[in-house]
Amino acid sequence: MTGAPLLSIRDLCVTFPTRQGEFQAVRGVSFDLGRERLGVVGESGSGKSMTGRAILGLVRPPGRVTAARMDLDGQPILNLPERRMRAIRGGRISMVMQDPKFSLNPVMRVGPQIMEAYRLHAGGGRAAARARALEMLAAVQIRDPERVFGLYPHEVSGGMGQRIMIAMMLAPDPEILIADEPTSALDVSVRAEVLNIMDALVRDRGMGLIFISHDLNLVAQFCDRVLIMYAGRVVEELPARDLHAARHPYTRGLLDSLPRLDAPVDRLAVLERQDDWRTEAIDASMVDALPGGLR
Amino acid sequence: MTRTAPTGGQALPPAGAAPVPALPPAPGSGRLAATGRRARALGGILLSLALTLLGLLLVTFIIGRVMPIDPVLKVVGERATPEQYEAARQAMGLDQPLAVQFLTYIGDVLRGDFGRSISTGHPVAEDLRRVFPATLELAAMGTLIGVLAGVPLGVVAAARRGGWVDQIARVAALVGYSMPIFWLGLMGLLVFYGILGWVGGPGRQDILYDGMVPEVTRLLLIDSALAGDWGAFRDAFGHIILPASLLGYFSLAYISRMTRSFMLEQLSAEYITTARVKGLSEGRVVWGHAFRNIAVPLVTVIALSFGSLLEGSVLTEIIFSWPGIGSYITKTLLAGDMNAVLGGTIVVGVCFIGLNVLSDLLYRFLDPRAA
Ligand SMILES: Nc1ncnc2c1ncn2[C@@H]1O[C@H](COP(=O)(O)OP(=O)(O)O)[C@@H](O)[C@H]1O
Ligand SMILES: [Mg+2]
Repeated sequence: MTGAPLLSIRDLCVTFPTRQGEFQAVRGVSFDLGRERLGVVGESGSGKSMTGRAILGLVRPPGRVTAARMDLDGQPILNLPERRMRAIRGGRISMVMQDPKFSLNPVMRVGPQIMEAYRLHAGGGRAAARARALEMLAAVQIRDPERVFGLYPHEVSGGMGQRIMIAMMLAPDPEILIADEPTSALDVSVRAEVLNIMDALVRDRGMGLIFISHDLNLVAQFCDRVLIMYAGRVVEELPARDLHAARHPYTRGLLDSLPRLDAPVDRLAVLERQDDWRTEAIDASMVDALPGGLR
Repeated sequence: MTRTAPTGGQALPPAGAAPVPALPPAPGSGRLAATGRRARALGGILLSLALTLLGLLLVTFIIGRVMPIDPVLKVVGERATPEQYEAARQAMGLDQPLAVQFLTYIGDVLRGDFGRSISTGHPVAEDLRRVFPATLELAAMGTLIGVLAGVPLGVVAAARRGGWVDQIARVAALVGYSMPIFWLGLMGLLVFYGILGWVGGPGRQDILYDGMVPEVTRLLLIDSALAGDWGAFRDAFGHIILPASLLGYFSLAYISRMTRSFMLEQLSAEYITTARVKGLSEGRVVWGHAFRNIAVPLVTVIALSFGSLLEGSVLTEIIFSWPGIGSYITKTLLAGDMNAVLGGTIVVGVCFIGLNVLSDLLYRFLDPRAA
């Protein structure tokens, strides 16, 4: 492993001007990402998606992104000129979003959408891109890729649509995939399957995965390491296998409010929130002090 | 159900062992079913087309009967004897029951026989063949200008919402909606014809070129180009450009607003974020992804705009002495020449219905989600 982590972020802030003054959607998030599966958990509105979009340079004005550091493979990518950022977007960092029903272009056939992503970064002719698209469709376990290649998004199911998204986003061989609640819009019956496919591809390619979810259980099972976000901050960071030993009261609250089969309770605990969690969150120095093996 | 998960991912819940479904039960599985639905939809459209046309003919027929103008008197004149009057009435079939008269009327119209115009002395159909192309050419030029300027304006206004193009587009549309056309037309003539002399005056062409261009399509620009008569072409262009720009401006106001709101809706869609995540340039995001999604509704807007220029250019035709169907209907209406008025009305009505059907068909066959 090389010295620098794939992605290194310190003190990331995303700010929106509002009538009541500045609104900070992300307030000083710091973490390193190696070739690992990093879970980001938190309730709705805690800034998970904004963090992902900030990494991709997709926060639209008047939103503003600042950070003490945002390095990809040791190279700063914060506030890069748009042209250079476009080469990184899709080419080196990619993203799968929540609902394939909305995230695929409804009037384009599936195949050309995959080809477009590939050709943009790998170049090459139509024939090569077509072959690559079919190969990617096969890689996400779609039988009969030729047929699916010619379908429109409304002609495929949710699970199939999400596999197509994964195929499309991985076609140019990026190093990092941000998966923003990739299964929460899917039928429960196909969630695990889609996750398995994504997981296998990400690991085969030695990629880094940022897995955003509000489902603590899922993240605990699926990821190597977990960031707990609350109100735009990381309140706790720990290896997934140590989640049961989480110390932060918010994480404990999240855990306690989950139903458990082994220890049924009459009523689930209600999630408590305290104002000081907004301010006392872990800082960058604590991230740097983490065991290196987790990078 | 014992298949292992395709990846063997250790950390995953057992639900991962569910078999990969071969293909989802896609809505409307199979192209055949879709073709069947389209055929049925086409049948429905044709049926409603036939009914609408029948309704149009019924309306024009009834208007022809209830107008306080006696068609027989118009033919035989005020001083005819009662015998002459009755003979003419029978010759015109007006002694028959109304239902029979209506069927005869439908038959006549379907054969292209709208009767004779008493103000021009020609068969109405012949007059319409002369005046309709003039209107068609003017409305087409107007729509062309409206589309070429309005669509890009609307797209850019949406892509740079709140920017200076957006502001200009807003003001331009507002002026277009609120400015009286006769005022704009007269000012245009005064400035560009009277003072600057940049354009030809009223009418379709100078007397110099009148009847010099062989008639093929009866669209002067096309006929003169076909004949290679560039002098006549320039002359016709000089005459059409001002009224067409005027109509085009109104068309632009409508088309740019509609384009802008269609685009804003698409640009906030999730697939646009996907396109940006892929690393596409903003131009390709806007034109290659968002615009593709508005192409079909935009066709409808353009067709409607064209239709409204066809029927609504009466004032423009009068201001510019444009020998089109608007002028024709106005003139014949004032002369009580009902055959001509109703014939013209049918042509305009058929155009409007036809454009509606066409845009409906385009929608059904171009949008992959329809059918
Ligand atoms: N354009 C915007 N202007 C102002 N606030 C925004 C904007 N977009 C998102 N936010 C706010 O940022 C916060 C974080 O949002 P998000 O990252 O989407 O949360 P989540 O953790 O659910 O993904 C939310 O409170 C949201 O309301
Ligand atoms: Mg979110």
